[in-house]
This record gives sequence, structure tokens and C-alpha cells, in this order.
Amino acid sequence: MQGLIGFLSQGGYAFYVWSAFGMTFALLIAEMLVLRRSRRTILQRVGRLARLRTQNVPPGEQS
Amino acid sequence: MKINWFKYAAPTAFYPVAGRLVPVFGFAALALVLFALYWGFFETPERLGGTNPQKEYYRIIFIHVPSAWMSMWLYLVLAAWSAVGLVFNTRLSFMMANAVAPTGAIFTFLALWTGAFWGRPSWGTYWDWDPRLTSELILFFLYIGFMALHSAIDDSRRADRAAALLAIVGLVMLPIIYWSINCPDPNNCAALHQRSSLTDIESNILTAMLVMTLGFWLYSFAAAFARLRNIILLREQDNAWVRKMVDAAEGTSPRGAAGVGGRPANRGVSV
Repeated sequence: MQGLIGFLSQGGYAFYVWSAFGMTFALLIAEMLVLRRSRRTILQRVGRLARLRTQNVPPGEQS
Repeated sequence: MKINWFKYAAPTAFYPVAGRLVPVFGFAALALVLFALYWGFFETPERLGGTNPQKEYYRIIFIHVPSAWMSMWLYLVLAAWSAVGLVFNTRLSFMMANAVAPTGAIFTFLALWTGAFWGRPSWGTYWDWDPRLTSELILFFLYIGFMALHSAIDDSRRADRAAALLAIVGLVMLPIIYWSINCPDPNNCAALHQRSSLTDIESNILTAMLVMTLGFWLYSFAAAFARLRNIILLREQDNAWVRKMVDAAEGTSPRGAAGVGGRPANRGVSV
């Protein structure tokens, strides 16, 4: 426990050290999440467009 | 064995390759970053002596220097793909440039941010109009300008060429950043930023710093390839191969099966 507190305090420079490291990993993780979300959005949109086309191409075959 | 590299210059051919590379680079990057963090926090001295003593905050070096290196390296990659695109008029090259830009901007911002939090305890200020800091800030604006210019032009082929030209003009910043800490007489110049010399660094610190750099580099590959796949999908969505692939993917997922048209419609021959 003492060791953990000592580690977290970084010799009194905790604010500077953790601000720098925190922002770094927050941004990298955020980038990965944004990439994954936009991939899902694009796939959904492309899929919707593809379905519309395949429904329209052979007329009267649906239902 | 002879590999036909031009085969992979087509977005169609590179899309699945990039998809396989993303997790490879991603997990390798994770392993290296974790190792570098462990080494940087637990295997290095708490304070550095010498003529310019540094306390624990010097550990910011483990992300500051790798970020700064990546910011310049990725700009070089961005400009190189832009140049290849302009010369050979290959779509994939421009897409690569676009895929690299946001990651480069992030690392440039991180170099500035981590530098600010290092500057405050060591120089007494978060920011100063020092040549190194100022030129790095301009590099950040160049990345932003590249992305903004590209998204401001509707026709994507025109946007590619205009943004590529900006990227190449912006290359002038790299030597400026590199030499911004040099001046003929160190007693006579205003530069705050330290000179760096890899041979003077304690070996454990150097280890953590270099491994982190490699980790950030592999991360950049993973992020750029993931973004490249998104860009390819968006730009090629009217092509048959994208539609076929999406159909195949949706046919196996519950969302696709429950779609409006049902499965037979999805399987329909696309003519």
C-alpha cells in the first residue's frame, strides 16, 4: 500500500506525470473506439444501400 | 518467389490484407507499450543527476520523445504517399495519406501536450515561443490543414490532389523542426528546448524510450490500416466487390437475416 501511494505520487510530480500519460493513452484509446464505431456505421450504411438495390433490381419478385 | 507488388496497389486487393494486419500490429504495439511502461516506471532511476538534474517528471520522456518522433515520421509518410499519388495517380496512395493524417495529428498534439507538462516543472512554464515548440505547433496546424482542406472539397479526386500538394509544401517544416534547437553559439541563443544526444542517455531510459517508440510506430500502422479500410469502404461503396462482401457478411449475422428483404433478397444476383 505504501509502495502504491509512493508510486502514484511520483515524488510529488503526480499531476505532471499522470496528466501527460493520461492524455496519451486516453487519445490512443479514443482513436481506436472512433475507428471501430465509424467502421460499423459505414458497413450499416453500405449494407442498407445494397439491400435497397437488390430489392429494386428484380421488380415484382418480392413478397 | 516473386511477389507482384502492384497487385496490392488496388484497394480491392489491399483491403483484406490490411484487415489481417490490423490485429497483428495492434497486439504487437500493445505488448511493446506495456513493456516500455513497466521498464520506464520500475527499472529506471527516480532522479537524474548531471548538470541538469531531473526528478520523477523526467519519466514524461518515455512518451514525449516517441510522440515527437512519430509526429515527424508520420508527416514524412503522409507527404511521401501524397507524392506517390500525384506522380502515379494511384488511388490507394492518396487513401494511405488520408489514413495516416489523423494519427499523425494526434501524436503531434501529444508531443506538445506532454512537452507542456514537462516544461512546467522544469522550465516553470507550460508554453514558450521557443523555436522547437513553435515549429512543432505549425506542424500540428499542417496536419489539421491537410484534413480540413481534404474534407472541404467535395470531389474526392480533386481533394486528394489539393491536400497532397499542401502536404508536400509542408515538408519544409521537418528540417526546421529538426534544426530548431541548433544555433551556432549555445550561449547566444534563446532556445529553451534541450538538445538531445542518444549516446548520453542512461541505458535503461534509452531502452524504455526506444521500445515505446517502436510500440507507437506499430500502433500507427494498426490505426492507419484500420482507417484505410474505412476509407476504402466509403469510396468504393458503389463497386460490386464491396456490395458482395457486405452481403456475405450480413448473410451470416442476425442483423442481415432480419433485414427488410430477408435472406433470399440478400442472396440475389446483383445485376
